[in-house]
Amino acid sequence: MELSLADTKKWIELFVQKVESEKSQLNELDTAIGDGDHGTNMDRGMKAITDAFSKKEPEDIVSLHKTVAFALIQKVGGASGPLYGTAFLDMSKKAKDDADLTTLIQTGLAGLKRRGQSDVGMKTMIDVWEPVANALKADEFNQSVIDEALTSNKALVATKGRASYLEEKSKGHLDPGAQSSAYLFEALLTVLGA
Amino acid sequence: MKYGILIVSHSKDIAIGVKKLIEQAAPKLSITTAGGTDDGEIGSSLEKIQTAVEKNSGDEILAFYDLGSSKMNLEMMIEMTDKKIHKYDVALVEGAYAAATLAEIESPLETIEKTLEPLKIK
Repeated sequence: MELSLADTKKWIELFVQKVESEKSQLNELDTAIGDGDHGTNMDRGMKAITDAFSKKEPEDIVSLHKTVAFALIQKVGGASGPLYGTAFLDMSKKAKDDADLTTLIQTGLAGLKRRGQSDVGMKTMIDVWEPVANALKADEFNQSVIDEALTSNKALVATKGRASYLEEKSKGHLDPGAQSSAYLFEALLTVLGA
Repeated sequence: MKYGILIVSHSKDIAIGVKKLIEQAAPKLSITTAGGTDDGEIGSSLEKIQTAVEKNSGDEILAFYDLGSSKMNLEMMIEMTDKKIHKYDVALVEGAYAAATLAEIESPLETIEKTLEPLKIK
């Protein structure tokens, strides 16, 4: 299934709104196991996306994903910049020949794994992206997929990223990148009308 | 010169400090830095890295970084540019210092990399 340009834009706009309204929640999660700025960083990226959309209306899905990627790469500042940025840049490249939603999310996931040199189970955003990608493929994507992904992420001990310095103490805390990724996919669910 | 040095840090002060330090050992070398975010805060900036790569006059670049997003932004840059950039997962200060000392006397890459090997920490 392909998302239309209008729906893709709506998806990103809903994500922007969600991150902006949950900025302090993301900072709080990051304070527990990181450096406390995930909300502030992502919020800066969201404003850059809004700016970029208002300066130049994306004319197709390829350019929309690319616009999102560059805004995040240039403005986020923390590790989530190159991570989300790579995901959206790879999705943009893929969309040139295949804009199927499941394929795009899988492509973004592969980009995250490459850039972060990480995999599922390390207490990162991948813990949300992978189950969502799998659920889309199986045509079983719904809110419970996201909820379960967050629950299992919370229980993990971090082995990647700054939280890994905390070892066992990272257990019981939700990874902030997993939470912002959950917002991304909740926005997608809204657009899909599920 | 064959090689130039690139320092990428989350902090502008660290990047400039490392440059000042290694300049002592390598006054002829092209050493460029990308420290902090675009607005001078703690973080890393692909744009700053891009500028530092463009400004570097080495034929090839030996790149050193500190933490997670510096590394990821550096890797993005490597994927985007045609310039040959060698990235080293070594202790920033010691690694950059050793590489600069050797590059200054035009040591071959093989020698430089052999010296960097025991400094690998990430």
